[in-house]
Amino acid sequence: METPEVEKCRTGSSGQPDEIDSILEKYRGRKDALIPALYDIQKVMNYLPESAAVKVAEALEVPVSKVYGVATFYTLFSVKPRGKHIIRVCESAPCHVLGAMNVVKELERELGIKVGETTKDGRFTLELTSCLGTCGVAPAIMIDDVVYGNLTADKIPHILSEYR
Amino acid sequence: MEFYRSHVLVCGGTPCVLEGCKAVRDALISEVRRAGLAGEVKVVETGCLGPCDMGPIVVVYPEGITYARVGVKDVPVIVEEHLLKGRAVDRLVLGTGAKEKGVVSYERPPYFELQQRIVLRNCGMIDPDSIDEYIARDGYRALAKCLTEMTPGEVIDAVKESGLLGRGGAAFPTGVKWSFTARATANQKYVVCNADEGEPGTFKDRLILEGDPHSIIEGMAIAGYAVGADKGFIYIRGEYVLSIERLERAIQKAREYGLLGEDILGSGFDFDIEVRKGAGAYVCGEETALIESMEGDRGEPRLKPPYPGTCGLWGKPTVVNNVETLANVPPIILNGPKWFRGFGTERCPGTKVFTLTGDVNNKGLIEVPMGITLRQVIYEIGGGIPGGRAFKIAQTGGTSGGCLPKELLDVPMDYFSLPEAGSALGSGALLIVDDSHCIVDIARCFMKFFKHESCGKCVPCREGTDRLYEIVDKVAQGNGRLEDLDLALELSRVMQVASLCGLGQAAPLSLMTILQYFGDEFREHIVGKTCPAGTCGF
Repeated sequence: METPEVEKCRTGSSGQPDEIDSILEKYRGRKDALIPALYDIQKVMNYLPESAAVKVAEALEVPVSKVYGVATFYTLFSVKPRGKHIIRVCESAPCHVLGAMNVVKELERELGIKVGETTKDGRFTLELTSCLGTCGVAPAIMIDDVVYGNLTADKIPHILSEYR
Repeated sequence: MEFYRSHVLVCGGTPCVLEGCKAVRDALISEVRRAGLAGEVKVVETGCLGPCDMGPIVVVYPEGITYARVGVKDVPVIVEEHLLKGRAVDRLVLGTGAKEKGVVSYERPPYFELQQRIVLRNCGMIDPDSIDEYIARDGYRALAKCLTEMTPGEVIDAVKESGLLGRGGAAFPTGVKWSFTARATANQKYVVCNADEGEPGTFKDRLILEGDPHSIIEGMAIAGYAVGADKGFIYIRGEYVLSIERLERAIQKAREYGLLGEDILGSGFDFDIEVRKGAGAYVCGEETALIESMEGDRGEPRLKPPYPGTCGLWGKPTVVNNVETLANVPPIILNGPKWFRGFGTERCPGTKVFTLTGDVNNKGLIEVPMGITLRQVIYEIGGGIPGGRAFKIAQTGGTSGGCLPKELLDVPMDYFSLPEAGSALGSGALLIVDDSHCIVDIARCFMKFFKHESCGKCVPCREGTDRLYEIVDKVAQGNGRLEDLDLALELSRVMQVASLCGLGQAAPLSLMTILQYFGDEFREHIVGKTCPAGTCGF
C-alpha cells in the first residue's frame, strides 16, 4: 500500500496542473528545451509522471516516446515516484577504494531499506550514482543538492537527523 | 581602491565547503571586526587552493602562510596571534614550519613546490565572484589584445604554435580544431565549453569553474572571435551546483562590463554565453553525445565524420573545448606561444591539472608541468601512501585509463608517454590504490561503471561492457574460469576497435592492464579459490 507521501507524489498534489502549464509556456515549440523543461517539472512534481510527459510532448511538439526516452536516459530524472529527499551514494572507484560500501550498508541499516527503495514514510530514496566529482573528500554522498564528504559509517546518523 | 595590510583568503571550493569553510569565513569576518582590524584586514572567499582533504584551508597574505583544517574555534587564535601580533599559529600551519622560531617566514609546503600554475593561476588567489579582482590579475586583457591587435587568423596561429592539446582527454591540437571551424562557411557558428566532467576521480573542471569562472568566459570569447562564432554554450553537469551559480553570476557581470554581448570593447565583435545543465550521463562528455543532449535528445554519440568542427550543434560548425583547455587560452595569447612552450615537454607543452584521489596522503587538485613522473606526483606532492601500506596500482586518466604497477612509477605523465606504457593521461584523474585492496574487486568496480554508463547505441560497447562485468563478477564470486580471461581479452580488443565512441573504446583498458600486470591475482581467485586481500567473500 502506498503511504500518503508517496501518494502525494503520484498525484502530484504539490504541483498543480496549471503550474505545469505555466512552466511549459516558456518552452512552447522549443524541441531543444526538453531537458530544461523536465528539470523544471521534476522540481515541482518530485518525479516525471506520464501525465506530465504527455503535456511536455504537446508543448514542445515532440512525440511522447521521445520524452520517455530522454526521461529514462539521464540519471537525474525519474519516472517513478521518489521520496522527499534523494540520497545518492557515489559508487565509483575513488569512493569505492575509500569505503563507499560501508557508507551504503550504514545508510541501508539506518533507513531500513535497500538501494533503489524509498522509506515507508516517503521521506528518503536511496540510490547509487556514478562519480559526483568530489573525489578529494571521498567517500561522498549527495542529499538533494548538498554534498557530504570524508564519510565514515558513524557520521551517517547525524547527517540523516538533519533531514528527519 | 581600498588597501589592506593583510588579506585572509578562505578556500570556498566544494570540498572545503563540505568541511565548514563558510562558518570559518563568517567567524573570521566578525573576529577581525571585533579586534578593530576591519579597515586593515580583508577576508576573501576564493576558489580551490588544492589540498582538498585538509580543508578548510585559510591563507594569510602577504606572508603566504597556509593554515589547514581550520575550525571556527581556531579563528580567535589566528586573529589574535597572527593578524594582531604577527606570529603564525604553528599548530595549524601546513608545511615544514618556521626556519627561525617566532619569525613569520615559512617554507612552502612540498605540496606546492613542484607545481606550476597556469590554469589555476587565480584559483585560491581571487574572489571568484569579483570581476574586478580577475581584471586586476590581467583578466580580459587577452581578449582585448585579440580584438584590438590580432586578426582571427593570428589568434588561431598563436594557439597552434603553442602546441596546446585538448585537456579533456583526447589531446587533439586545439588550434587545429579551431581552424576547421574557422574555415567552414556558415551563417551561424558556436563555441561550446564541455564542462560535463564525469570521469571518476576527476574534479578539476568543477574547481576551475568555482575558482575562476571568468577565465572560461574569456577563453570562450577568444575562441568565438577566432572561429567567427557569436554564441557560446557551457554544458555543465547538473550536480555542479556551486559552479553553475558562480558561472551565472560571472556571465552577468561580464555583460554589465561590456565584455560579453554586442560590440565588445567597441570592436564590432558580438559574443554571448548561455549555461546548459546536463542531467546525469557520463557519455555526454563525448562531444557529439553532448551536442545531442543540448539539442534535447538522449545523449548518444553520432557517427563521425562529419565532426562537430564543421557540422555540430544544430548542424552548424561548432568548436567544443574542455574547461581546462579554455583556461589555458588567455595566458597563451597574453604571453605568447613561446612562453607556453617553456613549460612541459617538447611534444606536450604546458601544464596539466591532476586530481589526486584514493590511498594517498594529500588528496586534491594540483597543476604540474607535463612530463612529471608518477612517482614525483605520488610521493613528493601526494606525500605517499597513508598508514604505512605499500603502493599497489596507480590508475591514470580515471576509470577509462589503465592501471600501472610500481615498476612503471617513473613513466613521464604526458599524452604520449602514458599511452606508450599502456595507459592514458585522459582527464588527469589519478587513483592510487594500496596493497590492502583486492585487484578483482577494484576491476569489478571499474567494469560496473561502464556497464551502467554505456549508452546502448552500439553493440560492441553495450554487450561488451555487460559481459566484461559478468566475467569479473564471476571471478569475484569464486566461480571464474581460466578460459574466461582469454575471452575477456579478446572481447576487449573487439571493443577497442569496433565501439562507436571513446567510451566503449576505453572501457576495457583498465581490465586489460590489470590482467597484464596482476593476472596472477585473478588466477589465484580462479584456481586457488582464494582472495589474497580477503575482500571477495568465498
